[in-house]
Amino acid sequence: MSTDTKKVLFGPVVDNNPIALQVLGVCSALAVTSSLANALVMTLAVMLVTGFSNLFISLIRNQIPSSVRIIVQMVIIASLVILVDQVLKAFSYQLSKELSVFIGLIITNCIVMGRAEAFAMKEKPGVSFLDGIGNGLGYGAVLMVVAFFRELFGFGTLFGFEVFTLIQNDGWYQGNGLLVLPFSSFFIIGLIIWAIRQFKPEQVEKD
Amino acid sequence: MEHYLSIFVKAIFIENMALTFFLGMCTFLAVSKKVSTAIGLGVAVVVVLGIAVPVNQIIYQAILAPGALDSLMGVTEAKDSIDLSFLSFITFIGVIAALVQILEMVLDKYFPALYQALGVFLPLITVNCAIFGGVSFMVAKNLTLSESVVYGIGSGIGWMLAIVLMAGIREKMKYSDVPDGLKGLGITFISAGLMAFGFLSFGGISL
Repeated sequence: MSTDTKKVLFGPVVDNNPIALQVLGVCSALAVTSSLANALVMTLAVMLVTGFSNLFISLIRNQIPSSVRIIVQMVIIASLVILVDQVLKAFSYQLSKELSVFIGLIITNCIVMGRAEAFAMKEKPGVSFLDGIGNGLGYGAVLMVVAFFRELFGFGTLFGFEVFTLIQNDGWYQGNGLLVLPFSSFFIIGLIIWAIRQFKPEQVEKD
Repeated sequence: MEHYLSIFVKAIFIENMALTFFLGMCTFLAVSKKVSTAIGLGVAVVVVLGIAVPVNQIIYQAILAPGALDSLMGVTEAKDSIDLSFLSFITFIGVIAALVQILEMVLDKYFPALYQALGVFLPLITVNCAIFGGVSFMVAKNLTLSESVVYGIGSGIGWMLAIVLMAGIREKMKYSDVPDGLKGLGITFISAGLMAFGFLSFGGISL
């Protein structure tokens, strides 16, 4: 893989993370991270939608009049999300029930829209597709880390398998009630941002 | 009357869009640096939610809801019943995007001063998950037309309240000594988490 491709694909994971640096797509990052399984499905869904919406928008970027571009982008993104939603309903109904509103909210996930507007409107289809997948990966990385901590310390499990035996099941671990509540992900993401910026001082904001 | 008042209060405090459902977080974190801009964006969200929720309610009940078109198309048997609800995502987002663009044109023509103040924020609102979330919740809660007006305006005010409070805190935070890596986004996440913690206490109110 050439260095350029690598940069487009993996750059968004740490160097230019959509959640930690660009402040995009935060809503769903908070609400679906209570278990790793949910976070994984959400990551896959967002990755596919971002990748393909970037691809299709980039393909027709020269035909879109700039005054109606937002609606055009929205229609493409919404069609992709409907596809994801229907597939999920068909093959994994239980998960789609759990994620309910948040699959629909991928449409308004600013990552998809932000990348379409900032990248796909200017660049060639191939590289746009990779950029979409890369940003999906960056989003997913944060999601998975948050979900890992919340599930492990909140419920004592990982992907539903017992790691720490809870006191209720005659074990030794007292689940952390705070991490079960959705807003605990605010703290975890805040700390992740802090950690990233310790290693990448150039990301520190000036006041 | 009491019924509507309880929907209104519930939408503002107990089911606060930003701090209970974490919707509209991207703009909530990105545009809350100054109180004056936060108020501008807040007003825009109230207006758009107040219009978008009832309009989508009409469209959903008249066209998309399962069985809504039956009498019009002369369907009598249950197995032929028309169910267009899978189209709801794309319809809602289309309606919201169109509404925002129309609103932008109307403001530009008749209220240039307001347009100057809100101008930058209006396009941002299309991708604000709070709007789409409000519409999705309206469908999930099966609200009537008048209820949806109250719900739309109420949840808009709730979101505005949250972003204005956040901006107030961030303005004061300029004077505090925050560790380098946490400056800006990191500390904003953590304070938003604490605010959400506080709003959790409204959850105990029963209406």
